[in-house]
Amino acid sequence: MEKAVPFTGQQRADHVLIAEMVKPGSRVLDVGCGDGALLKLLAEEKGVDGRGVELSREKVNLCVQSGLAVIQGDADQDLADYPDQAFDYAILSLTIQATRDPKTVLANLLRIGRHAIVSFPNFGHWRIRTQLLFTGRMPMTPNLPEPWFSTADAHLCTIKDFVDLVALVDAEVEEAVAFNSQGRRLPIKTSIALQNLLGEKAVFKLKRRVA
Amino acid sequence: MATFSAEPGRDDGPSAQSKSGQRLFEVHSPSSSLIVFPEDAPLRLESGQLLGPLSIAYQTYGTLNADKSNAILICHALTGDQHVANVHPITGKPGWWETLVGPGKPVDTNRFFVICPNILGGCMGSTGPASLNPKTGKPYGVEFPVITIGDMVDAQVLLIDHLGIDVLFSVIGGSMGGMQVLEWVTRQKHRVATAIPIATAPWHSAQNIAFHEVGRQAVMADPDWRSGNYYEAGVVPKNGLAVARMAAHITYLSEKALQGKFGRNLQDRTARSFSFDADFKIESYLRHQGSTFVDRFDANSYLYITRAMDYFDLEGAHGGKLANAFAGTTAEICVVSFTSDWLYPTRDSKAIVKALNAVAANVSFVEIESDKGHDAFLLDEPEFHATARGFLSAAAAKRGLAQASEAR
Repeated sequence: MEKAVPFTGQQRADHVLIAEMVKPGSRVLDVGCGDGALLKLLAEEKGVDGRGVELSREKVNLCVQSGLAVIQGDADQDLADYPDQAFDYAILSLTIQATRDPKTVLANLLRIGRHAIVSFPNFGHWRIRTQLLFTGRMPMTPNLPEPWFSTADAHLCTIKDFVDLVALVDAEVEEAVAFNSQGRRLPIKTSIALQNLLGEKAVFKLKRRVA
Repeated sequence: MATFSAEPGRDDGPSAQSKSGQRLFEVHSPSSSLIVFPEDAPLRLESGQLLGPLSIAYQTYGTLNADKSNAILICHALTGDQHVANVHPITGKPGWWETLVGPGKPVDTNRFFVICPNILGGCMGSTGPASLNPKTGKPYGVEFPVITIGDMVDAQVLLIDHLGIDVLFSVIGGSMGGMQVLEWVTRQKHRVATAIPIATAPWHSAQNIAFHEVGRQAVMADPDWRSGNYYEAGVVPKNGLAVARMAAHITYLSEKALQGKFGRNLQDRTARSFSFDADFKIESYLRHQGSTFVDRFDANSYLYITRAMDYFDLEGAHGGKLANAFAGTTAEICVVSFTSDWLYPTRDSKAIVKALNAVAANVSFVEIESDKGHDAFLLDEPEFHATARGFLSAAAAKRGLAQASEAR
C-alpha cells in the first residue's frame, strides 16, 4: 500500500481513497473528471500524467484553464476511441451510476487501463433500505439528493450488484473499500454483506482476469 | 458588374491607387523581417517541383530566451499575414490577432518570443504568385507552382532552423492556421512542445471546397484577371476578388450573427430604392468588405492559397486513418472549436480529438459557446482567451519557463 494521502477535509473522501490506490508517476485517465479535483490531487500528491474526460462544457473549460488535459466527452460514447492499455489506471469516480451502459463502460475501462478504479454510491446502505421500506418511496439522501424523475443516476447499484458486474466483465477485485460519509473506511475484515449494509460509498480497484 | 462603394462617412485613408502601389511594394519589400533562401537551395514541394529562391517575410515580438525555449509560432489564416500584433502597413488597422497576442495577453509577448511568418504563396513579402519568377524576371502569375499546407509548413521549418530554434514551445493558429498547426504536429513531431489548433479541420469538406471554387471562378471571370498576368498591365481583377471575398465573408459569420447585426435594416435610406443599389445594410457591409480586401490582397495569392486548403486532407495523406498522422506525437495539444462555426464545425475538431485519443496523445478539447460563427476565433471571446492563457501558462510552468518580464 502506498503512503496515505493526507485527508485535509478539502478533498472528496473517495478521491483520497482512490489516490491511495494509484502508484506515483503513473498514467491516469479520469472519466467524468468534473472540475478536475481528483486529477489535481493526483498530480500534486502522486506526480501522475493525468488526462480527463468530462461531459459538462463549463467544467471542461475550467479544467483546461487550470492546465489539466481534459476533453469534452462522454463515457458511453468516447471511450471506444482509446487504445488498449494506454493508461495505468482508468478511473470512474461517482460516475458509473450516471452512464447509459455501465457494463460496456466498465469493460472499456478495463481495456484502456491496466487497472480500473471505480467509486460509486452504495444503494444497499441501510438508510436507503429503511427509507424505501418505511416510506414506500424512492430514497433521497445527501448522496442521492435528486428526486427519481430528475436524477442523472439512472443505474444505481449496491456493492453486491457491482461485485456481480465485475465477474460479468471478466475482471477481478484487487482492492475494495467501503466508507461512510465522513470518509471513514469500514474495517477490512468486514463481510461483503456488512459492507453493503454500512458503506455509503465504495471504491473498487479492478483488473482484467488473466485467461 | 456592380461597382463597390465604401460605406459613406468612413475614413478610407490613402486613395485606392496609392494602396495598390503599397500592396505591390509589400510583395517585394515587406515592412517586416525578411529571410531569403537562395535559388541553389530550393524548397522541394509536395507536387515534386522545386521552388527557389524562397523569401519568407516574418514578424517577431518579445525576446528569445538564452536556451531558445520560449518561442511560439503563430500561423495565419487564408487572408492573414505576419502583422499579427502590430499596425498593418497598408490598412493602418491593429494587428489581426491583438485580442490574443501582445504584452499581458494570453500569448504574452513579455514572456514568449512570438514569430509570425507570412505563408508561402502569400502576398506580404513571402514568395508567392506576385513574386518575381527568376526564369522570366516577371511576376510568376499562374506559372507559380501549386502549393499545399504541408509546403507552407516546410517553408516555416526553414525559418525556424534559421532562427536556431530546435523546439517550438507552441504552434498556434486558427482556420487555415490550424491546418498548419496540425501539419507541424505530424511533420515535426519532436519540435513542437504544445499546439493549439483552433476552429479548424483535419480535411477540407466538399462544402469548403465548393465555396472556394465559387471564389476562384469569380476572380477568373473578371476580364482584368487576364489569365493571371494582370501585374504587367497594371490592373487588378478587383471586382472578381471582391465578389470572392463577399461570398467567403458570409461563411465566416453565423446566420444568427448576420440577422442580429443587420437584419433587414436599410442602409442610409428609409425606403427601398427599387434599384440594385445597396439598399440593405448587409449589402453595403459586404461591398465594403470586398472593396477594402482588394486593396491589401493579391488575387492570384487568393487562388493559390484556397487551392492549398482544398488539397488539405490529413486523413487521406495517412492511409485513410487520421490517427496514423499523430502516431508518436509528444506534443500537448489543445483543440478549440466554437459552437456557431459552421465552416469548420465542432465535429471536425472532435475528429482531430478522436484521432489523438486513439494514439493516447496528451489532448485537451474545449468547445466555446459563441454566436459569432467562424470569425469568433479572431474576436474578443473571454472563455477562449482564458483557455489559451491557462493552457500555455501551465505548460510553460511545467517546462520551467520564466514568468513574464517587464516590457522592453
